[in-house]
Amino acid sequence: MYVAVKGGELAIANAHRLLADRRRGDREQAELEVDQIQGQLRLAVDRVMSEASLYDSELAALAIKQASGDMIEAVFLLRAYRTTLPRLAVSEPLDTGTMRIERRISATYKDIPGGQVLGPTYDYTHRLLDFLLLAEGETPAAEPGEQPLAPCPQILELLDAEGLIERERDDGSEPADITRDPPDYPVDRAARLQMLARGDEGYLLALGYSTQRGYGRNHPFAGEIRLGQVEVEIFVEEWGEAVCVGEVALSECQMINQFGGSREAAPQFTRGYGLAFGHNERKTLAMALVDRALRAEELGEEVQGPAQQAEFVLAHADNVEASGFVSHLKLPHYVDFQSELELLRRLRREYENRMHDKEEDAPTEDSL
Amino acid sequence: MNGYNFAYLDEQTKRMIRRALLKAVAIPGYQVPFGGREMPMPYGWGTGGMQLTASILGADDVLKVIDQGADDTTNAVSIRAFFERVAGVETTTVTTAASVIQTRHRIPETPLEPGQILVFQVPIPEPLRFIEPSEQETRLMHALEEYGVMHVKLYEDIARHGHIATTYAYPVKVAGRYVMDPSPIPKFDNPKLDMSPALLLFGAGREKRLYAIPPYTRVESLDFEDHPFEVQRWDERCALCASADSFLDEVITDDAGGRLFVCSDTDYCESRREESA
Repeated sequence: MYVAVKGGELAIANAHRLLADRRRGDREQAELEVDQIQGQLRLAVDRVMSEASLYDSELAALAIKQASGDMIEAVFLLRAYRTTLPRLAVSEPLDTGTMRIERRISATYKDIPGGQVLGPTYDYTHRLLDFLLLAEGETPAAEPGEQPLAPCPQILELLDAEGLIERERDDGSEPADITRDPPDYPVDRAARLQMLARGDEGYLLALGYSTQRGYGRNHPFAGEIRLGQVEVEIFVEEWGEAVCVGEVALSECQMINQFGGSREAAPQFTRGYGLAFGHNERKTLAMALVDRALRAEELGEEVQGPAQQAEFVLAHADNVEASGFVSHLKLPHYVDFQSELELLRRLRREYENRMHDKEEDAPTEDSL
Repeated sequence: MNGYNFAYLDEQTKRMIRRALLKAVAIPGYQVPFGGREMPMPYGWGTGGMQLTASILGADDVLKVIDQGADDTTNAVSIRAFFERVAGVETTTVTTAASVIQTRHRIPETPLEPGQILVFQVPIPEPLRFIEPSEQETRLMHALEEYGVMHVKLYEDIARHGHIATTYAYPVKVAGRYVMDPSPIPKFDNPKLDMSPALLLFGAGREKRLYAIPPYTRVESLDFEDHPFEVQRWDERCALCASADSFLDEVITDDAGGRLFVCSDTDYCESRREESA
């Protein structure tokens, strides 16, 4: 007698216990602490904060720990927490021009006001494994510079003063809020930039790369990349002015791209923009490339590459959505599969009958 | 549960969803965009259905959750446990005892009654999506009632296979106006949508769309005069309750090709066995 399998509830509970046990690992070793992740896996924390759209390094570190280092799972954990938070206020627009610079480089000018500041970067490191880290060698502290950094004006503003680059205008309209409103395609640039900012880094990297290889080429120059702390201000009605409520670390990339122009309009460089929480430079470069690619239509360019197709790019950029829908294939599909089985068997039966009839109809050697 | 609102979502979000639902009921089969939220379960695992359920659930509701027709499949167990935890509502596996039923891929075999609400989990709400990938285009096609391509697709199936090769998520026309994806239910269940006494709600979380079929609404499955719509049939009966008119799941019993068929609707199957016992 056949008895259907039951007990999903117990199986799930046991699976979760096993998972927690595996996450903890060998009990002989000290348990990883959240502040260690927060302090020493900084770039992982920054990526999780960016893609989860929540600036909280402690909770991002907790998510990384809880997810055993699975970054997309960590992003999901933090995003699911974020959605439960009340919205207390909306900040004034951030001014990255006033950033307390930690790193700032330009690939378009050799020397720039404020100077090229390398800051903490993996660029120019030789990618040789440092076995000292394996042997738990102590890392010497970095010595702070003697002089504070000079103010760093935005490079693109220098070009802007000359009229060589298109001007970014604030038309004063209320930007879309992709966390509250469903996307209504075609979405404007504000919504697009929001979607790219929380988009998966690997995905944007591949799409940005594809534009460099000819699928929607836009001749980019890294006009300026900057990383540092920016003040967040909130306008307080009672006081009639904006007050600083804290700082966020940001990475910003301003890309300078090939000029447009026509008989009527003077030729000008165009822009692509990338912004992310924390130290997330690769992400902002990729984002700027894709932002520029998505402006193809607006700038009268032919749309030929995947990176230029707004609905395609934007609808698939969110790794929480993507990973959920791909992984839902693990859920039972018995019913749909059974429906397909039934049809396939019927079609095959009909095919065999047809073949059988054909054989019978075919002239045999005797009849010839 | 401590720290969370009743049924997880905050009241403003629930109100936003209920307003969207009212619009959906007023325009049967029309996909209403809504500000879908992240749920603590992955997209694609029923977040749309869960947001709808959370929005309509009251403290005295009785909830049933099924996946593939069964109350004991892992995801059904998980969603039911979620609402037990965050809403503390009574749950049941008995179709007739439930006031709200959340489902994935099936409509219960036991006929639904007036006052009951069936909430479907929807992966891809757009029936035209696999013909036209752009949302901009498909919204226009719905607005203009431009559904010819759908019939062309079904015709191409017939030309190629001799049958319409769509076996689940079979497109329907609601109240003579909107072509709608009934979610990946087998086409076996499509006739149950027509003139249903229960309110049918559909939620797609990732795609941020919801839609509805109000009670007693005409729902036709698309077909042709010479190729009328028909549902799956089995030569076998349920190996447990001997039902000859329910949707059957195939179970492989050994490695020598042995198989048998059982009802996909576990509650229906059990109640039949209890009756005959």
